Amino acid sequence: MQAREQWMERILSDLMVDIQNLTFSRGERLIYDGMSMQVKRGQVTAIMGPSGIGKTTLLKLIGGQLKPERGDILYQGRSIPKMSRAELYQTRKSMSMLFQSGALFSEMTVFDNVAFPIREHTKLPETLIRTMVLMKLEAVGLRGARDLMPSELSGGMARRAALARAIALDPQLIMYDEPFAGQDPISMGIVVKLIRELNNALGLTSIVVSHDVPEVMSIADYVYVVAEKHVIGEGTPEQLRQHASPLVQQFLKGEADGAVPFHFKAAPYADELMELL
Amino acid sequence: MNTRKIEIAVGCFVAIAIGAFLILALKVANTGFAGSGETYTLYADFENIGGLKARSPIKVGGVVVGRVASIELDKTYYTPRVRLEISKQYDNFPETSSVVILTSGLLGEQYLGIQPGFIDETVHILQDGDVIEDTRSAMVLEELIGQFLFNRN
Amino acid sequence: MFVNRLQRLGADTIQTVAGLGRATLMLIGAVFGKPDVRKGFPLLIKQLYVVGVLSLLIIVVSGLFIGMVLGLQGYTVLVKFGAEGMLGPLVALSLLRELGPVVTALLFAGRAGSALTAEIGLMKATEQISSMEMMAVDPLRRIIAPRFWAGVISMPLLAVVFTAVGILGGHLVGVDWLGVDAGSYWSAMQANVDLYQDVFNGIIKSIVFAFVVMAIALHKGFDAVPTSEGIAKATTETVVTASLAVLAFDFVLTALMFGG
Repeated sequence: MQAREQWMERILSDLMVDIQNLTFSRGERLIYDGMSMQVKRGQVTAIMGPSGIGKTTLLKLIGGQLKPERGDILYQGRSIPKMSRAELYQTRKSMSMLFQSGALFSEMTVFDNVAFPIREHTKLPETLIRTMVLMKLEAVGLRGARDLMPSELSGGMARRAALARAIALDPQLIMYDEPFAGQDPISMGIVVKLIRELNNALGLTSIVVSHDVPEVMSIADYVYVVAEKHVIGEGTPEQLRQHASPLVQQFLKGEADGAVPFHFKAAPYADELMELL
Repeated sequence: MNTRKIEIAVGCFVAIAIGAFLILALKVANTGFAGSGETYTLYADFENIGGLKARSPIKVGGVVVGRVASIELDKTYYTPRVRLEISKQYDNFPETSSVVILTSGLLGEQYLGIQPGFIDETVHILQDGDVIEDTRSAMVLEELIGQFLFNRN
Repeated sequence: MFVNRLQRLGADTIQTVAGLGRATLMLIGAVFGKPDVRKGFPLLIKQLYVVGVLSLLIIVVSGLFIGMVLGLQGYTVLVKFGAEGMLGPLVALSLLRELGPVVTALLFAGRAGSALTAEIGLMKATEQISSMEMMAVDPLRRIIAPRFWAGVISMPLLAVVFTAVGILGGHLVGVDWLGVDAGSYWSAMQANVDLYQDVFNGIIKSIVFAFVVMAIALHKGFDAVPTSEGIAKATTETVVTASLAVLAFDFVLTALMFGG
């Protein structure tokens, strides 16, 4: 009876991903120190922060490709780091990740790339796969590019093709790694529109990792700002604009100097100049 | 379309390799008597085997009938004992046969020659494991020259 | 000073052993993973094409030339002893026992091994391997295993082709050009070459080399630092390490097979 209740609770809980007290370091360098955040079902949650704070690492931790040193990551109530390899692979079928480069398989056409997860995980007949792939490509506006190789696509098109592949199996969670980086304004607009529309139309939960403030603020339901190994600010875009922390304000407004100093940590300038004399 | 071409190419590759292997197996190597063919074993004691080695051929009138399986030194008399593996096809050598160590050419390899003896009612046919009594050792060039010089004096 | 060096030695040793351990685990993962025939077979065929068929040309050309050189060199030495009849065994034995497997393995490491390392390194750098993992597809089984087996199957086949072409090359120079009697070329060869001792041992050698080269090439690619310098370095390392490993294994195998 109790087990059943727990199960019901897990299913009904509106928490998709629950990160508790996460500590992770790469080599000597501490990246996260006791960080916590929650991602609600059906929302677009954005994680922002300056470059080099390990935002991609966070997505890899959620995907189970890396293991945290301490703390736990719950995905639909189940602990990702404690899963066996087989369970992890089973769980990953319901999540999806859009890599910064797109990460399309370079030896296959766009069509085969999108068909890849379907062919790997289902035994559907080829005609049905064709229909599914064309639907996904239509959703990202690349139905006409299905016979091109990834090397023939522009950066923006590659990312859209990768997005079609990411939604091929109708995942519940989709993680975007820097979806706006290095895009021209038009394709940026397309991606922004796609993330929002897919989230609503397919009932997805989305995590967007980015440092492009205006785009994120326009689509996110909830935003975390991460810096210095912690969450330094969180809230809806509206709340965040009113946030008291100078660090958050500096980041949102893109000021060169402020709470995050312009200069890399160094000895006092005058001292070092004097040393030479 | 593309898959078909690749499959054909791989098929050609494998066929070429099998062809090459058949050349090696049939034209280059002798399939020999080792292991596969049915053989029986005879023994022969020599005083000196010269350059005879395991796997040297055994010939009768120039036709290969078997191979030397191994050569060991008899611990009591300190004479070499040669184990002969002969094809089952040639299984009626009489016990009067003799074995000689011969050399193919002046510098060539040494091999065993069997000279079949006469057959009558009292003579047995050699069976598996029998010993051939009548043997002649290898011709050692130095001894031969020594004898020649000695006889002239 | 001395202690520092000792520490460096220790650290290097630990790193090397750890690397070997990872390579072994990867190999075991690839080799003993339960194969999926329906999906695996087309992948294997594709890789056989990439690894085997595309290496065929370089193997045939080098085999021909090496056989011709052996014919020429062997003839000039043997003719001094009036033993040019032994040219056949000379060419055949050196090719079957040594040159066939070894040169094929070296060429294979340079042609296919480096290409595989670069390909897998690039897949890693462009996050293709990571994204495959996130799609719940095991990259070891999907990427490493078919390439590994394609290499292990191709190498002995290539070595056999190399040897056969080399023997024909020796024939071309020795018999057709220098005038050794064709009958004695083939018959002396047949008298001296043994199917089990020489042909099969050569093939066994080449299978062992295939395992060594493929394990090194795939591991270096999978372990490459995912940057352009990292991939360049890994590719070079594959050729160097694989070549040295082949020569070392060749010595051990030769001692085991023909030394006793």
